[in-house]
Amino acid sequence: MSDVTVREGAYLSRFGKLFSAGPVKPGDSFGAPGMGNSTSIAIATAIALFALWWIVTAPGLGPMIKPLFLPSPGQVWAKFISVSTEGYQDRTLGEHTWASVQRIFVAFFLAAVIGIPIGIAMATNRVFRGIFDPPIEFYRPLPPLGYLPLTVIWFGIGETQKLVLLFLAMFAPMVLNTRAGVRSVAIEQIHAAYSLGASRAQVLWHVILKGAMPEILTGMRIGIGFGWTTLVAAELVATESGLGAMIMSASEFLVTSVVIMGIIVIGIIAYSFDLLMRWIERKVVPWKGRV
Amino acid sequence: MAQVKSRSKPKRAKTTRKKSTGSAAANEQATLRAEEVTVIYPTALGEGVHALEKVSLSMGPGDFVVALGASGCGKTTFLNLLAGFIQPTHGQVTLGGKPIAGPGADRGVVFQKHALLPWLKVLQNVTFGLKLQGVQKEKRREMARKYINLVGLKDFEDKNIYELSGGMQQRVGLARALTSDPAALLMDEPLGALDALTRDNMQELILDVWRETNKAIFFITHSVEEALFLATKLIVMSPRPGRITHEYDLDFCHRFFECRDARKVKSMPDFIKMREEIITIIRGDELEGGNIHV
Repeated sequence: MSDVTVREGAYLSRFGKLFSAGPVKPGDSFGAPGMGNSTSIAIATAIALFALWWIVTAPGLGPMIKPLFLPSPGQVWAKFISVSTEGYQDRTLGEHTWASVQRIFVAFFLAAVIGIPIGIAMATNRVFRGIFDPPIEFYRPLPPLGYLPLTVIWFGIGETQKLVLLFLAMFAPMVLNTRAGVRSVAIEQIHAAYSLGASRAQVLWHVILKGAMPEILTGMRIGIGFGWTTLVAAELVATESGLGAMIMSASEFLVTSVVIMGIIVIGIIAYSFDLLMRWIERKVVPWKGRV
Repeated sequence: MAQVKSRSKPKRAKTTRKKSTGSAAANEQATLRAEEVTVIYPTALGEGVHALEKVSLSMGPGDFVVALGASGCGKTTFLNLLAGFIQPTHGQVTLGGKPIAGPGADRGVVFQKHALLPWLKVLQNVTFGLKLQGVQKEKRREMARKYINLVGLKDFEDKNIYELSGGMQQRVGLARALTSDPAALLMDEPLGALDALTRDNMQELILDVWRETNKAIFFITHSVEEALFLATKLIVMSPRPGRITHEYDLDFCHRFFECRDARKVKSMPDFIKMREEIITIIRGDELEGGNIHV
């Protein structure tokens, strides 16, 4: 009896350690929130989730969850191979992916080319701020599915409508982050440049734009993330190409394996792109957070 | 508080002050002058805060003016005025007789921190002013090297700003301000964030740079010792309203050039006597303002 309680106590204390502020390892600071490496736990979680998926869908005498609701990993993988080679709705997975990636990147490019200058103009000029602040702040919190019908009415059912929807999703975070970036430039840096004889344009180009770069890149990262979240909505209407369209049509025909496969592909592409953006960030603004 | 301007009568050091390089007319060209400047910051209620009240000061080549005072005495406001970052409510600031309308390359500013451009290397930071003026790349490197060597940054040209210690960063700031060859250097607590030893080294470096370049320097500090050690002219400012209450002509920096021993200068009896006198003044102001509780 007592032996058992001791063991239980040991388990509890070991478990408790995961959440307590115990003694620190050399190089760590006492009480810093979220200390330690979480990679191993993250990998374990991923494996556990995958195993759970595999177990509840294992054929055996009859899977715990029917394939209609959740196909097994093997079925999804088989679908991945067949859609990659034979295609779904007359298009291969590569073609669907290419259609979506193209849309996202065209919209991303437009949002960056238009949004970043507008963000700078808003932060540096009260007239621009007065003009652009109300419309952007009004539409920003609206769900894309809410104004989707309007984009159809205004821009039709062609490619333009899809680009407009994706553009709107990416535009606001880029503008707002650029604004925040300009505001974050130290006034001492601006004063220093003026004291070295800089003109207004030189301060804008050599100090403000460079100083706002970390936030601008963050805006681009958040923007493209919003783009991927809006993809399915953008490809909801009158198109047969694209990952979003593929998922929506598969759901109508209850081909759950294609739905899940599409979701995983979008997840992987979006995550890879985020990693790429972080890498660019380290290359472009290595000084971020260090001054 | 005594409004009377007291002036100490320091014994002139035997060394002659380095003669300024130009004629009297050239000196006049490089004289920075504040004429009865008043700065009133607007407030929501009442008539506003008098940050500065009829402050006058004149400084030319070879002058090392140090401003000292209790918090809120308007030291930084005064520096911002000289730099052109703000405009006076009354009175005017002139350089070579011409009113100052804004910041410019003729007045170099060294800030306490956060003023370097971290996306540029050390050399590019120092040549930044010349680049803005459109000087050719090779030419501006050549011009900057002189000041880089002067502040002892020779081996750090290709380093990133964030790889340098605080003291090294301030050397970059100093070299950057000098490279534009301004008439006056304005330094806002440039050593405030440094540790004591680095600070002592930097004081000597600044004195050497000053002697070498013969610039007019306006220097703000909170350290009484630093002020006494560096200044040829010390102004003590008091708050509510911000004004100059005491002015002293000093020569401790020249004594340092003679013996090259800062600790010796700082422990001389008249140095200590001056230090106590000034601490008493500033402490009185702080007590009045309720910043110190006895």
